[in-house]
Amino acid sequence: MNTSAPWSKPASFWQTLSAFDWLYAVLLLAGGIFSYQRYAGYMDIYEVGFLFGAVGVFSYLGWRWSGIARLVLGVAVLSLIGVYTYHGDLANGSQSFLLKFLLSSQSAVMWMNVLFVLAMLTYWLALFQKSAFTAKVATALTWTATLFGFVGLMVRWYESYLIAPDIGHIPISNLYEVFILFCLITALLYLHYEQLFNTRQLGGFVLVVINAAVGFILWYTFDRHANEIQPLVPALQSYWMKIHVPANFIGYGSFSLAAMVAGAYLLVRHNILASRLPALHVLDDLMYKAIAIGFAFFTIATILGAMWAAEAWGGYWSWDPKETWALIVWLNYAAWLHLRLMKGLRGTVLAWWALVGLLVTTFAFLGVNMFLSGLHSYGTL
Amino acid sequence: MLKVSVPLSQRVYELLSSMRFAVSLLTLLGIASIIGTVLKQNEPYQNYIVKFGQFWFELFETLGLLDVYHSAWFLVILLFLVISTTLCVIRNSPVMLKEWKTYKEHVTEKSLRLFSHQASLAVNQPAAATQARLADFLSAERYMFKSRQQDNGDVLISAKLGTHQRLGYIFTHAAIVVICFGGLLDGNLPFKVQELSGIKKIETRDIPSRKVPEESRLGANNLSFRANMTLPEGERDNVAFVRVRDGYLVQELPFTVALRDFRIEHYPTGMPKSFESDITITDPELSKPIEATVRVNHPYIYKGIAIYQSDFQDGGSQLKFKLWDLSGSQDGFDVDGVVMQKGALGEGDHKMTVEFNEFRQFNILNLSIDGKGKPHNVGPNTTLKLRNASGQAREYINYMQPLQLDGRAYFVSGMRETVQEEFKYLRIPADDEMEITGFMALRQTLRNDQSIRQIASEIAKQMPGDNAPLKAQFEQSLQQLMQTFKRGGYSELSKIIESAVPEAQRDQAAQTYLKLLNTTAMQAYQMSRAQRHLPPAPQDQATAVFIQDSLNAMNDLFFYGTPYYFQLKDYTLKQASGFQLTRSPGQFWVYLGSVMLVLGIFAMFYIRERRVWILIKPVRQEVLLAMSSNRKNMDLDQDFARMQQQLTTLLQTGQAD
Ligand code: HEM
Repeated sequence: MNTSAPWSKPASFWQTLSAFDWLYAVLLLAGGIFSYQRYAGYMDIYEVGFLFGAVGVFSYLGWRWSGIARLVLGVAVLSLIGVYTYHGDLANGSQSFLLKFLLSSQSAVMWMNVLFVLAMLTYWLALFQKSAFTAKVATALTWTATLFGFVGLMVRWYESYLIAPDIGHIPISNLYEVFILFCLITALLYLHYEQLFNTRQLGGFVLVVINAAVGFILWYTFDRHANEIQPLVPALQSYWMKIHVPANFIGYGSFSLAAMVAGAYLLVRHNILASRLPALHVLDDLMYKAIAIGFAFFTIATILGAMWAAEAWGGYWSWDPKETWALIVWLNYAAWLHLRLMKGLRGTVLAWWALVGLLVTTFAFLGVNMFLSGLHSYGTL
Repeated sequence: MLKVSVPLSQRVYELLSSMRFAVSLLTLLGIASIIGTVLKQNEPYQNYIVKFGQFWFELFETLGLLDVYHSAWFLVILLFLVISTTLCVIRNSPVMLKEWKTYKEHVTEKSLRLFSHQASLAVNQPAAATQARLADFLSAERYMFKSRQQDNGDVLISAKLGTHQRLGYIFTHAAIVVICFGGLLDGNLPFKVQELSGIKKIETRDIPSRKVPEESRLGANNLSFRANMTLPEGERDNVAFVRVRDGYLVQELPFTVALRDFRIEHYPTGMPKSFESDITITDPELSKPIEATVRVNHPYIYKGIAIYQSDFQDGGSQLKFKLWDLSGSQDGFDVDGVVMQKGALGEGDHKMTVEFNEFRQFNILNLSIDGKGKPHNVGPNTTLKLRNASGQAREYINYMQPLQLDGRAYFVSGMRETVQEEFKYLRIPADDEMEITGFMALRQTLRNDQSIRQIASEIAKQMPGDNAPLKAQFEQSLQQLMQTFKRGGYSELSKIIESAVPEAQRDQAAQTYLKLLNTTAMQAYQMSRAQRHLPPAPQDQATAVFIQDSLNAMNDLFFYGTPYYFQLKDYTLKQASGFQLTRSPGQFWVYLGSVMLVLGIFAMFYIRERRVWILIKPVRQEVLLAMSSNRKNMDLDQDFARMQQQLTTLLQTGQAD
């Protein structure tokens, strides 16, 4: 810091915005208005609200974190190219070179998968080489994977309408699609913390859980052909899905991230990789922050779920297995937070707890669909 | 001995409002919830008995494990959670409110110097100027503060930021209480009390709703309920049913609901796209009836009662069958049935009742062998039960249209003896006109003694050479072969082989027999076609496969358990729509609590409380800076470092001029 400069008053938030920031927001708003004009017929009043809400949210996120702004613009450009190249005909997906190998949702998601695998390997390489440059490459790979994942989802959204207008829907409606969402949200959360804590040493860990999801996506694609776009059953045709599902996955993503950091914590505790990883108190703090974010969004998601259930099933709480497991996950982290904040408990116990928490979370996410039947059984394996 | 004893009530209060107790309750609630998801809840009691046996069933039932979330012990845990959280709020709120308001102006210099985050900065300016500068700085950083001149001439500035976080605690925890209160309002507590005191009783008999006695009825003024109603098209009702354990209660409604029309729309893949019911609500208080459409995700609310589309079933469709009596040899005859009604068949000892249980117009099945193909709509099916004179019943599920299996078309009928079993399927090959008649005619021919003789003689005649005794013997064995198959299918054949052929040659003998059987069946098929004035079937692979499939089906009919095959020919659909009707006064409270919860949680996590003390000591030309927070995080280290840096700069530039 420049010590000779006199202390100056902190600028107000609006003053910190640059010309680029404003340009970005205006572009987003234009995109919002364009979509509204074109697709208003497909939206109800709530969805119009979400559209402009999203403009606001992503403007703000982009202002606070320029990485997001670049990502949003990149996704917009590539998705528009993809959509344009379709010329309104699904058959172009297998004929146009650009779509077939890069921008059709199938290909974009495959690129995401490949890039996430590469990113993980690169992060580990960087960890062992102690090379800042390699780590930067890993970060770039992660951003690119995220870019392709979002492009895949956006194009898939468009493709679903190409199949038939009444089949079209936002691609967060089945296990295949939400697994992609999970990868993307977890990656973004990680990139956020990478910047906040100014350390790239944890990438290898967090990408393990992302790549587990990538493995699942690959199996699900090649063995089950789950990548095909399916229409929505009546219960899922609701605007609630557009907010309930993303909120849930911010929760799942943060909890998974916290568990991976907890893993790193335990290794450092046992003097494994201790010289290459961040200090214990940093890991501890990161773990807390991730769980706090996760808990907040998981709370919102559960409440939104209850409101949706009230509208779809006739009751805000039916003790359906999925609901019940959401409650269990929530109680688990509530207990975690209490012990940390009130009892001042730190360290190994909480790290183990966060790791076990991932098992509980995974069961709520996947196990319930596989082993328990209930009202939520839309995404069976 | 002297001992300061804490009164019991005080100790109980402290236990209940303690963190330890709260966390234990959270854990306990979690475990209890898990039980309810592992053991399927609220199944018909019969299912549990079959699955776990009488002993375990009774144990589970006594422990309330079959309906965990409404069991007394679960409610008690919830109640304790409410009590504990309430006491916790009562106990901590005053502290929180105080923390929220106070500036903590009474810290001593000595204690400030013991803070983990404190620093001493040099200053050589008049105290007043320093104080003004610091005041500007703190306001710009959005701190609220108070300054006090102390007796020794020092000035203490006590500042705080983000103490709203403390309100977050109150919001979050009060929210839990509010949500639980709402949940209790909507729970079945009032009924539980009335049941325990013997005023109400669940009904377990299958009787018309108006015959259900008063003690099993809930009045229209019932505060909260979740009930179901099934209405066939064109019918109306003013009661709904609440399922309780192995029985039900009748919930009276303050209005009448009539179903005008029920519609299902499908996607091209056959998946359902929407369920919709057109209903009419009539109520003496209304000048004219309300017409409304209820869809999934779009309930209709009247008089505080929300009407949801929940499911649908058959409401008495009319079915037309061709009934094939497989024991006789006549052609099929026409039979009518109505879903949910019964019919009688046969006479005397062979008397049977048939119960038409269900009809489904759309069935989405995945028929590919490896399960990897796409599911699609395979058309209507119907489920019926055949009960013999002694009351034993078998259940059958018959598909109307031939299903494509392995690239060939079959009329498929499933059979099972108990509900727990999987269906076992009979596959009857469709003929070249996609009809069942080809098979039926072939079967009749193969079972008719006169045809059997004729077939045998035809085939024997075609035998090359003219060794008459050999031909006669061959004819004889062909007849025997057909008669054996007629008597008991493949297993009867293999019995004969086992008794007559040495072990080493059995395989070969079996192959020969099967080949001959195929030949006779082919001959029979051509004969049956001639009788029906159809051209002979071509001698190709398709016909050969048809013959083989027919023989297999004839064999499987020995295990079909009835001589009747119901071939569904036509139907007139009548559907019934399933509604859920709910009145939930607690919803408002639950939503209110939810909003409080979210606000509270965000306040607790994202408003960071900071307290700063700046002690200006003019005499020693020193400024003492100390910072604290109720959360010991890295953020505090960073904030402190930043502020120390800024103040150093501030006080230095002050020195410079
Ligand atoms: C279902 C029940 C409960 C839930 C979901 C819940 C949730 C929470 C959450 C999320 C926090 C915030 C942690 C943080 O700031 O990171 C918290 C803090 C706290 N909870 Fe609970 N809580 C519950 C019950 C209780 C009970 C029964 C007590 C009584 C002892 C209690 C006492 C506290 C206290 C004292 C704090 C710290 C407040 C502060 O210093 O800011 N909680 N609770």
